[in-house]
Amino acid sequence: MIENIKELLKAHEGLKREVYLDIENSSTVPKEVVDAMLPYFNQHAYGNPTLTHKPGWEAFETIMQSSQKIATFLGCKTLEEVNFTPGETEANNLALIGTAFLMKDKGKRIVVSEIEPLSVLHVADLLNKHGFTVVKIPVDGEGFINLEKLREAVDKETILVSVSTVNHEIGTIELVKEALEIVKDKNCETIFHTNASDAYGKIPFDTRDLDVDLATISSYKILGPRGIGALCVKEGVTINRILEGQIGTQKLWPGVENTPSIVGFAKASELAFHNFEENTNHMRRLRDKLIDGIVGKMSDVRLNGPEGYKRAPDNVNISFLRCEGEALTIELSLNGVYVSSGSACTRRLLQPSHVLVAIGRKFIEAHGSILMKVTRYHTEEDIDYVLEVIPKAVQRIRGIVGSMEMK
Amino acid sequence: MSRTPLPYNPKILELFRNPKNLGKMKDATVTAVAGNPLCGDMIIFYLKIDSKDVIERASFESYGCAANIATSSIVTEMIKGMKLEDAWKISWKSVVEAVGGLPSVKFHCGILAVGALKRAIRTYYKNKGVSPDWLMKEPTFEEKQAVEEEELAEILSKRMKAEEEK
Repeated sequence: MIENIKELLKAHEGLKREVYLDIENSSTVPKEVVDAMLPYFNQHAYGNPTLTHKPGWEAFETIMQSSQKIATFLGCKTLEEVNFTPGETEANNLALIGTAFLMKDKGKRIVVSEIEPLSVLHVADLLNKHGFTVVKIPVDGEGFINLEKLREAVDKETILVSVSTVNHEIGTIELVKEALEIVKDKNCETIFHTNASDAYGKIPFDTRDLDVDLATISSYKILGPRGIGALCVKEGVTINRILEGQIGTQKLWPGVENTPSIVGFAKASELAFHNFEENTNHMRRLRDKLIDGIVGKMSDVRLNGPEGYKRAPDNVNISFLRCEGEALTIELSLNGVYVSSGSACTRRLLQPSHVLVAIGRKFIEAHGSILMKVTRYHTEEDIDYVLEVIPKAVQRIRGIVGSMEMK
Repeated sequence: MSRTPLPYNPKILELFRNPKNLGKMKDATVTAVAGNPLCGDMIIFYLKIDSKDVIERASFESYGCAANIATSSIVTEMIKGMKLEDAWKISWKSVVEAVGGLPSVKFHCGILAVGALKRAIRTYYKNKGVSPDWLMKEPTFEEKQAVEEEELAEILSKRMKAEEEK
């Protein structure tokens, strides 16, 4: 196995440029963030923040300061609203299961959109196995949740609604405020959760303005370190823990706090919000350059998700017909362009991305889909290079399909 | 839905980058398709068979992942110059071995390639109107698997249509 990987990596030698666009699945961490984290491993605040010694108090101070920074960017009322977790997956699990545990006697109904990430959908399915009723709300061809269906779905028994602010695969900026108003209008006791991992640092997102009960954010999606995220819990809202153990500064997540990663998350937030307009305009420009350069110039391609200001500034998701996605990701990798695909072939089952299927894409379209996310660090030259590589790669993979008829 | 690491070996990488015997064969004696585009996994074999039932040439086209492309390509290499009776004996395991091993989630690619080969051989004799005694009547494991995958695609597609109509 290890030998195989060495050979695979050797096949990439001599690349003239490398462009990493797979921010959906993991990210590069800028040097500024890494530099900010380094002292916290062994020089400062390496203690346990709940203990009565200098390194412990330093850690406590550091975590409080980091929470405060993130709370400010999120528009939280107090820093206590920010609860660190080991990531987006854990925060979403905490939101759903923690709410269900607490409110199981008030009702058993949970409502989610059908294009939520797996850390929401699979958790909803798990709760379904444990006696909760799960309703999945359909979306339109651009990924916008059907608000009428949402209104119909919420009843007196509904304890939780979860709708992402920005869809992770197709970049749809949902009408979360409207959705929340509809939900609260039907049942003011229903807890409203939004996964804001693809919104935080990318579009204006303010928990106080939105008045959302629970919001998930993720560090790596804003180019912070992996292994850290947070669930913001509005003051006055309570949910249960889902893990037990030694509770420290993070009341909803037991275990020793990951101070260096928390510092990295706060630093990544600072960088994302510094020159926010400029950063997001830059991303939007590169996003559209990428979309126009592909959709406007190549045949048999299709943009997945909405356009313009209805779409997250970083998201590009395109289906290439007569081109299987996994083969295309490998061909692109061999040319220094790193992306992911919604193809079934990169997954264990033969079913492709549930998000693309939900917006009505045919399986063949979903199998040939490529997801890319641009960052403020990408340059015009990076995108020029990607636009040079993609048509050649698609042409080669389509050449292998050749004359085959696809029904 | 989960993902799994796919550390493809050098042989698969080489066949993916430079597939052997790629392309439609205009003068093929027989062609056979297996798989379904709905599964993102489909191949076609073109065989040129001489009067002595020997495979003179073989080529393929593929809509699928790197493992699908590599296993299809290697099968065309393996059967070149082979008597149909010997080609019939090729198992999916020997194909997986010939490409230097596959991650287990990709075994179905090797199975599909052999399923397509066996279909081609069956079709050839059916067209010819003969049935050699070594050609077993009941479908082989690989043929059954290919049918199963195709049926799965049909089920998924029907389910999608039903959803659309809702």
